[in-house]
Amino acid sequence: MSATETVKADLEARFPALAGGAIRASRERRLWIETSREIFADVFRHLVKDLGFTNLCTITGLDEGADLGFIYHLAADNGVMANVKVRCPKGQSIRTVTELFPGAAIYEREVEDLLGAQVDGLGPGPRYPLPDDWPQGEHPLLKDWKQKKPADETAAAKGDTPRE
Amino acid sequence: MSDHEKIMQVPVGPQHPALKEPESFMVDLRGEKIDAVRMRFGYNHRGIEKGCEQRSFTQDLYLVERICGICSYAHSTAFVQAVEEIAGLEIPRRALYIRTIVAELERIHSHLLWLGVAGHEIGFDTLLMYTWRDREQVMILLAQLTGNRVNYGLNTIGGVRRDITAEQIPSILKVVDLLEERTKYYIELAQTEETLRQRLANVGVLTREDALSLGAVGPTARASGVDRDTRRDDPYGAYGEVSFKVVTAQSCDVFGRTVVRLGELLEAYAIIRQLVKNIPDGPVLVKAPRRIPAGEAVSRYEAPRGEDVHYVRGNGTEKPERVKVRAPTLANSQAVAKMLEDGYLADLPIVIAAIDPCFSCTDRMIAVKGNGESRAMTWDEVSRYGVQFYKARGIDFSRVRLREGPAA
Repeated sequence: MSATETVKADLEARFPALAGGAIRASRERRLWIETSREIFADVFRHLVKDLGFTNLCTITGLDEGADLGFIYHLAADNGVMANVKVRCPKGQSIRTVTELFPGAAIYEREVEDLLGAQVDGLGPGPRYPLPDDWPQGEHPLLKDWKQKKPADETAAAKGDTPRE
Repeated sequence: MSDHEKIMQVPVGPQHPALKEPESFMVDLRGEKIDAVRMRFGYNHRGIEKGCEQRSFTQDLYLVERICGICSYAHSTAFVQAVEEIAGLEIPRRALYIRTIVAELERIHSHLLWLGVAGHEIGFDTLLMYTWRDREQVMILLAQLTGNRVNYGLNTIGGVRRDITAEQIPSILKVVDLLEERTKYYIELAQTEETLRQRLANVGVLTREDALSLGAVGPTARASGVDRDTRRDDPYGAYGEVSFKVVTAQSCDVFGRTVVRLGELLEAYAIIRQLVKNIPDGPVLVKAPRRIPAGEAVSRYEAPRGEDVHYVRGNGTEKPERVKVRAPTLANSQAVAKMLEDGYLADLPIVIAAIDPCFSCTDRMIAVKGNGESRAMTWDEVSRYGVQFYKARGIDFSRVRLREGPAA
């Protein structure tokens, strides 16, 4: 049994909710795991603490209509990647993973800024990556987001500065 | 409270002493020592992920290549691998070999560039001059192979756009031989030059535990004893068909990061020799569909600075539904605050530079005349111009014997 299949079998045995198609191996070393919000934290912790997925590559945020989708790209030292997906209705919050990965803070701030996600338990800190004076409620990676023209149509707002 | 117990806040950046890119570090100083650092990123956010959703997959390939001016090929390859996986394309082996050769040449130019920058940050400008002179050889070679010094435009969905000809193989090997000899000299320098070791040892310490918990990648992590390298752990391109060592160091400091990069240079030369020797014949491209089927893939690539991760989701149209990029500097930036804590303010430039944050060096020289007309200079003209510029100021390079490189 390959390392990828071992992880899949272990998860299916431990979490009955994941049996029956929630785990897909798209190719060798690539697992996609669809979890519900209820079991996400347990599945995530089990992967990190017991199955050796000690590297969180990044978090991808997705606009999926009424929901926001999150993919936690976990990697183990043997090259297997477990991409754990969870969905959350817009306006509700997900729980931080910084207890397990302190370095994940920057990825969580990124989904907060670009998709309007709310992450519970994320400590204070500067926003990332949008500017401090970015208008509230504007999240550029949402599918229905449109760039607004600056109200002030001065030369500076249009990007033209007069030559000296 | 005496003066040295007071905390003084020093803003470093966004316009930065060590970087050409804007990043902000708010440093709390106690005397000469750093108490804490608060970082603010995002000044260079250009909305490329959103831009990708509005363009076709082929256009995106050229857009993502422009994420970085140094490891542009890393982003291009990471993206194209993900798209090819979604489309289910079987890439010809010769194309994979060519991609891997160019990837290692890019690593060589990036590491030599870093070595020069590191030398400059510690006041060792001779090292900067030497390494950047050597780096020119690999830049010229890349321009010969791909048509460009950076942003090669070599990848396309389904393979590569240019083959490597039999006539080009000797010039690749010639550059590899020359640079290997030079790298061995730099390694000897690092081992014997006491000032270099003393300046870099125990500076910017990042323990193995911190490297792991903060998600450090690449040479930064490997210098803290983290034995991870995507080329070996999750092979792509032709890395599964070559043998190489993953270089690590246990010293957890800037000196270790230097040792790791120097060791990786030697490995890169060995990898290129194997690839050039065993490159299979055959096509370099398969036809790719304009519409990429619905699906998703995540691609990992060991860029010179560490792991580059691209996630791509297709929705069955010509444009992707989502493209997500995690460049290695973002992963390593988390570790920088830790490295700086309890160190001296004077070490800040080299500690930040030691993670090798990206900046662009893509300029070609343009001669601008007074009347507003402009024209591009050839390389010969540029080097003649340089020699004459210094000659007019009393510095004569004509007696310096330049080592012969590949014909430009």
